[in-house]
Amino acid sequence: MTDNTAIERDVAAGAGERAAPVRGLRERLKAAAPVRWLRSPGAGGLRKLFNTTAFKLTLVYLTIFALFAACLLAYFAWNTRRLITEQITRAVDIEMTGLVEQYNQGGVRRLVLIIDARARRPGSSLYLVTTFTGDGLAGNVGLLGEGVLDHSGWTETVYRRLDDPDGHEQHALVRVYQLPSGFRLLVGRDLAERERLFDVIVAAGQWSIALVIVLGLTGGFFVARRVLRRVDAMTETTRTIMAGDLSGRLPATGSGDELDRLAVNLNAMLERIEALMRGFKEVSDNIAHDLKTPLTRLRNRTEEALRTAKSEPDYRYALEATLEESDELIKTFNALLTIARTESGQASTPLAEFDAADVARGVAELYDPLADEKGLSLAVAAPAAIPMRGNRELLTQALANLVDNAIKYGVPAQPGGEAAVTVSVVSDGGFVRLEVADRGPGIVAEDRARAVERFVRLEQSRSEPGSGLGLSLAAAVARLHGGELILGDNAPGLKVTLVLPAAGPKLPQPSEQA
Amino acid sequence: MRLLIVEDDRDAADYIARAFREVGHVADQAWDGDEGLALALERKYDALIVDRMLPKRDGLTVIGELREKGIETPVLILSALGQVDDRVKGLRAGGDDYLPKPYSFSELLARVEALTRRRGARGEETVYRVADLELDRLSHRVARGVDEISLQPREFRLLEYLMKHAGQVVTRTMLLENVWDYHFDPQTNVIDVHISRLRSKIDKGFSQPLLHTIRGAGYMIRDR
Repeated sequence: MTDNTAIERDVAAGAGERAAPVRGLRERLKAAAPVRWLRSPGAGGLRKLFNTTAFKLTLVYLTIFALFAACLLAYFAWNTRRLITEQITRAVDIEMTGLVEQYNQGGVRRLVLIIDARARRPGSSLYLVTTFTGDGLAGNVGLLGEGVLDHSGWTETVYRRLDDPDGHEQHALVRVYQLPSGFRLLVGRDLAERERLFDVIVAAGQWSIALVIVLGLTGGFFVARRVLRRVDAMTETTRTIMAGDLSGRLPATGSGDELDRLAVNLNAMLERIEALMRGFKEVSDNIAHDLKTPLTRLRNRTEEALRTAKSEPDYRYALEATLEESDELIKTFNALLTIARTESGQASTPLAEFDAADVARGVAELYDPLADEKGLSLAVAAPAAIPMRGNRELLTQALANLVDNAIKYGVPAQPGGEAAVTVSVVSDGGFVRLEVADRGPGIVAEDRARAVERFVRLEQSRSEPGSGLGLSLAAAVARLHGGELILGDNAPGLKVTLVLPAAGPKLPQPSEQA
Repeated sequence: MRLLIVEDDRDAADYIARAFREVGHVADQAWDGDEGLALALERKYDALIVDRMLPKRDGLTVIGELREKGIETPVLILSALGQVDDRVKGLRAGGDDYLPKPYSFSELLARVEALTRRRGARGEETVYRVADLELDRLSHRVARGVDEISLQPREFRLLEYLMKHAGQVVTRTMLLENVWDYHFDPQTNVIDVHISRLRSKIDKGFSQPLLHTIRGAGYMIRDR
């Protein structure tokens, strides 16, 4: 029980000690006059102010600075005191030497005469000459500390002047000298001057430290309040954004300080999130369109079969059509899923080094019989090897989609002319350009930009099963690789180019400044 | 063939089991990972069909445990996760094949049959023979009767895969995966064109066709 209370007391004492500087400052702040405007943000606001990093840093710096200043002043005060003591010592020594010389030349009588004369001067040093029994012969000292005269050498002692017997006891630094005949000579100086100077320095030190603390606290308060106001504004905006308004942006002052940089980077992040959300909305809209249409067809067909089919072959036919339709649906669904996952940057396989020319040759080889069957010639123009870094699987799929489209829309070339569909791979600076060109109707210039947008399917191609998603996937794959998909004119025909950085996608760099 | 189907979706599991029984196989069912593992350890199966997401113990863990205990029964993983990395993860965990949902039964059947047959002697033969069609895997020589047939390298690999699974249905996806090593659905069915090319080389001019199209499923090379 007692142990517990003791520990509690200790803990409390410890906590008090640790909290002391802060609490002291707070009390000072509370006691200070500007309490009212300090409290203007409300009691919670004040607490928040104390909790800001800026204010806490101010306190830490203030404490360190105050301690440093105190040490400096203490050293200064102590050194001054030492200097004065040294001065006194030197003056007393000189006088002592002079008096001892006088004694040696003229004996005790002469000494007494000189001391009598000197002692009467105003502001004089302290003098005393005694016999060996301690009876005073001459001088201006009435009372001395006990035993001062017994030892020769330096002593600090209290004393009272003879001409002021009722005055206060004062402090002096004295030197006692044993004269050869047993007389004792005391010479000393009053220390009041030294103490006064010391007091002045100490007082000045205290005031300047107090001033430092007050100024530091006020400065810290204003800096913290300024920072806090900006952070509060940011918090407020963040809250609105979290509430659902993704178009909100944090205020950036353009000053380029750390808070500003933070705001700029957060804005960039919001931009990305908003783009992703927009993409997500487009995806769901398109999924709704791309899946609902065939689902409706599927449902209608089933309903119709139930209503009109009479014989087993009728049912069989209806069921087979349903199966085919659902297979198409699954294909569309898979394509949408792949695009969505590619768009969101969730690469399905880690990046690897591979040969882009090899990918092009592989795809061309896969599609060559198909092109042949449609009376199209398929040619590959690629050098031996073009190494690049990326997702081989997705790039193959993207290129396959492009070749598929080219074969679907392409028309045979003139006899003896160049190939109807050309797949070419070129290494161009730090980029790999994979190009698929056909001689089909192409896409009119105005529609080209839109065709590359994620999930946009041009009206004329919407009726074609599965088409349209091919370009979207290729565009998504290009974006995943940090490249782009360019639709161009092959005059006549369409030229689709995947421009991909050979080194693979770079991670998005945080912007230093807007 | 004796199969174990570990799948927690009862409708789907019942449907698969019924369909396997219809084509003459024996199919046991388990509803969660623990039950599936216990059954697979207790009885001898020709193949396991394991759903990836199962209650109590997920599919990949079940396969891992089986492989750790030295049970090498071929496993086909069923999963709603169809992306390339999911497939790679499944195969790395000890699965032998991976089929994303939704799948057609004909695809599942073809793959399971391919899995069980793979363990047979066919894999080690150097010459495949179906009727008078002969394929030499070492010299890359193909002949039908006395006529030598010249094939492109890819056509050779296509025929090799079909003949390795002679008498079994081989789906388009299986061909795309095993002959081309592509794991996506092409928009147009390019495989059909490759097959018809191959067919024109090996069947044209012969009274008995060997390469058959199995409607709604895929292709098969067989004697009759």
